[in-house]
Amino acid sequence: MRVFGRDIPIMFALVFWALAWEIVGRAELVFLVPPFTHVLAALAEMVQTGKFRHATLLTFESFALGMGLALSLGIPLGVLMGRVEAAEKLLGTWVNVFVSAPLTALVPVIMILFGLGQTTIVVTVMLFAVWIIVLDTQAGIKHVNPSLLEMARSFGASRLDLYARILLLAALPEILAGVRLGIIRAVKGVVIGQLLVSIIGYGELFELYSRNFLMEQFWALTILLFAFAMLAAELVGWAERKVEFYAGARG
Amino acid sequence: MSISGATDPVETATKPDGIVQARGISKTYDGGIQALEGIDLGFPKGELTTLLGPSGCGKTTLLKIIAGLLEPSAGTIIVNGRAVTGPGPERAFVFQDFALMPWASVLRNVAFGLELRGMSRHERHAIARSYIAKVGLAGFEERYPHELSGGMRQRVGLARALAVDAEVLLMDEPFSAVDEQTRRKFQEDLLHLIQSENKTFIFVTHSIEEAVYVSDQVVLLTPRPGAVSRVIRTGLDHGGSPEELRRNKRYLDMVEEIWQMLREYLV
Repeated sequence: MRVFGRDIPIMFALVFWALAWEIVGRAELVFLVPPFTHVLAALAEMVQTGKFRHATLLTFESFALGMGLALSLGIPLGVLMGRVEAAEKLLGTWVNVFVSAPLTALVPVIMILFGLGQTTIVVTVMLFAVWIIVLDTQAGIKHVNPSLLEMARSFGASRLDLYARILLLAALPEILAGVRLGIIRAVKGVVIGQLLVSIIGYGELFELYSRNFLMEQFWALTILLFAFAMLAAELVGWAERKVEFYAGARG
Repeated sequence: MSISGATDPVETATKPDGIVQARGISKTYDGGIQALEGIDLGFPKGELTTLLGPSGCGKTTLLKIIAGLLEPSAGTIIVNGRAVTGPGPERAFVFQDFALMPWASVLRNVAFGLELRGMSRHERHAIARSYIAKVGLAGFEERYPHELSGGMRQRVGLARALAVDAEVLLMDEPFSAVDEQTRRKFQEDLLHLIQSENKTFIFVTHSIEEAVYVSDQVVLLTPRPGAVSRVIRTGLDHGGSPEELRRNKRYLDMVEEIWQMLREYLV
């Protein structure tokens, strides 16, 4: 960004809005918005409490389990749908429905099925993340250059070789894109799940803070979650850029 | 149509003999398109045979059937006296679009056929390096395909096919995706390679000049469904200098003769 011919670093946007937040907070214009510095102080205090650590652990665990499930179901399903036309015809419509459906509406049903515990959160995370992974994996597999497969076969590749040495590697850029979008959805899933169940993890904390109008803690937790979602997606995005060079090189 | 005395190429009967034989090969695709009909051909050992014909005549289909990548609807391919049921180590394929793995270095691409055979890394890399040098790409071992020009990429494809030390090299329009200058240099190098490698080459092209320039034997195919129209022995000495060959009267006349034969197929 350039203002008056000077280069403005990207960080400036963050600093600018933090400053605006601070001013609005200090002026006590809106009761929901405490000064930014107070939020930071609350953040520093919050991360030291046992309750927070326990909630974080639980949230991470649900997130990791759900995401792991989504990956181990989504990628094989996407590969299957990319390779077998019957599977695509049978499942394609449903995957497309679920990928754009407001899945939050299903969480109460999951709650009835799996109870008010961590299992519900894990299933919610999986349900949020899995569809986009299936869809992108399928797209990647379908776009693998057929002559690469012929090449491998002509040099004596077995069926396993075709999958492990050609298909999965050739589809990697799309699969990673699916994983990145899946992670963003999984963060939504873990928060929405915990909020609706509201007695575990960050859901419990959010409930506690908002019910008692502890806005400083509330915002601290929100900032933390946003930062985590961005960081996780950025990490996969970085891996994506590492393999991007060959996405364009495919004939 | 007969060929005038000026060129006087020896026409052989289309009776199959040679290291690779096609016996009664027909191919009908799903949906009823017939690509090939009753192909009987022999490919002599140590020679380069070109399959030449108008586009859509099934040249590539025939090559892929010989490779074992496609199944014929009828007929058999015999290689070294044995019927082909799929790809085999005695045949290697060079692809029109190079078919290089974009995520792998030149070295790994060239060694890929050996990797699939389970050869140790050290051994296969040593072999790959020698063929990379042979096709003129020494120093590019650690580069990736997207860093190379089209001509260089096809050299990688050629090195990969040579590295598995197959007796028969199947080349599907290997020079069609590279520019004219590269193409000429490539053809010259190919001739040099044929002299030194003593392999059997089967080559698909739609360029008459290219076919006559590199071949010992040219097979003319009719338009769809492809059938053998004529088999022509070029009788050219490919050992001489490229300049000599390109100005050779026999070469020039033969190009003209084949053009006259092919033009009757063009509407």
